[in-house]
Amino acid sequence: MKRTALDDPLMLDANAVAGELAEMMGGVDITTFMTRCAHCGNHDALGSLRAWAHGPGVVLRCVICSQVVVRWVRTPQGARVDLRGAAFLEPR
Amino acid sequence: MGRRDRATGDTGSRIPPGQYLTRDFPVLSAGPTPRVDLSTWQFTIDGLVGTPVSWSWDEIQAVDTRDFTVDISCVTKWTKLDTHWTGVSVDSLLESVELDPSARFVVAHSYGGYTTNLPLADVVNGQAFVAWAYDGQPLEPAHGGPARLVVPHLYFWKSAKWVRGLRLLPDDEPGFWESLGYNNHGDPWREERYTGD
Amino acid sequence: MVEPLRWQIGTITDIQPQTDRVSSFTIGLPDWRPHRPGQHYDVRLTAEDGYQTQRSYSIASAADHVPEVELGIERIADGEVSPYFHDVLVTGDKVELRGPIGGYFVWEPGMGGPLLLVGGGSGVVPLMAMLRSRQAAGDATPAALLYSSRTIGDIIYRDELARLAAEPNGPVVAQTLTREQPPDWDGYARRIDAQMLTEVVGNIGGMHASPLAYICGPTLLVENAAAALTDLGLAPMRVRTERFGPSS
Repeated sequence: MKRTALDDPLMLDANAVAGELAEMMGGVDITTFMTRCAHCGNHDALGSLRAWAHGPGVVLRCVICSQVVVRWVRTPQGARVDLRGAAFLEPR
Repeated sequence: MGRRDRATGDTGSRIPPGQYLTRDFPVLSAGPTPRVDLSTWQFTIDGLVGTPVSWSWDEIQAVDTRDFTVDISCVTKWTKLDTHWTGVSVDSLLESVELDPSARFVVAHSYGGYTTNLPLADVVNGQAFVAWAYDGQPLEPAHGGPARLVVPHLYFWKSAKWVRGLRLLPDDEPGFWESLGYNNHGDPWREERYTGD
Repeated sequence: MVEPLRWQIGTITDIQPQTDRVSSFTIGLPDWRPHRPGQHYDVRLTAEDGYQTQRSYSIASAADHVPEVELGIERIADGEVSPYFHDVLVTGDKVELRGPIGGYFVWEPGMGGPLLLVGGGSGVVPLMAMLRSRQAAGDATPAALLYSSRTIGDIIYRDELARLAAEPNGPVVAQTLTREQPPDWDGYARRIDAQMLTEVVGNIGGMHASPLAYICGPTLLVENAAAALTDLGLAPMRVRTERFGPSS
């Protein structure tokens, strides 16, 4: 499977939400962590994922298969991060 | 900063608490805009029904097309008044379907994988429609075209873009944002933004 | 234990226009921390009615101007934050920022190379931090910058790039102007494509030298360049991207 160009005006990359992610993770920047897409197996850093951050929450998608790898919502009660789209994380 | 007005004047009573009036139509999304071919587009009502029913693009336009003017509110705090849509009421679509008496909830699901859940009671009695035109023009893909669900009395994340069907269920099944902490109901007048509100 | 990032109030100490739409904003920080080249700060604006909006801006400076950072900010016509920087803020004004953040899009001496930097418009800002750090460290990793701008007036850091390129072990700087070129222009005159990338990478050992590539700029430029590089055989993990959103 190869990476295809995707032009979506709402799309950024996970780097753009690294601050918010670090805040939820107690100060640790996890965009350097490697991850494996649970859908297609693509192996790369979290920071490489495509981010949709204009919405009720944030969604990070695989650059190969576009499936959701990580998504989260922040509410006044706290945050909830769904990592089911990531088969694993490898801290770096 | 921006094209927002606080609720003032005679529009004030139409703006739910905590919302800002906007003259834009902000685009929000959880993923890439799906490209849907109208020749294969389909809308299906299934789940707790006698028989699932599907409409093609041509078929749904022939059901009962109407214009709707409604106010809409997004949980990200913008509210837009007097938005003009064209489409079909969900009531009209449900007339073709035999509902099981145990059907109490609905999950709307979309091309691209998005889902959102609602009580059945909130999509009947003129409260919901499937829209394919905005301001008299075909609904743009960025805003949910070819067709989206519009449920104006609830926060706009319930108005699923690129809708492809409604599934009738006995129990509530949290959808894409609900499963992360957004409210299963989503009434902007009671500020039901998050779980437990 | 990592000290959590927190929002802090910085003070603008200098504003330097670079082009019609891009200016460098130097901000003094009470809680300055050394940043790595390629990182950014998040900036948050709060309106009187409590409405908040936030954007990320790349750091252009190397981490040698304690306690200041230089951010490169392009004025986006219908933006929510950049017009405020360009039209309202003056030296002495306060801004709220959080950072430095973003360990993924970082290159510093010691990470290896060769180094290929591909930038479009204000996407050159974090790449500039990388080149400045490389120069300050006296690093000799072969490096090339391919920089796309619309017109010659849109080239940010134009003189400084020429100076860097002229240094011993300086980077190869290749430029393309996509909309309009002056009569004596000897750079490229089209959008970045596979052929152009191949030629530029040829200056630093070719694609089989497996360069580390950093691509930053408008989403479409970044996506096309990343796809082109991986099509040319560069391993996807050697390509890092920072998308700035749609072209203005």
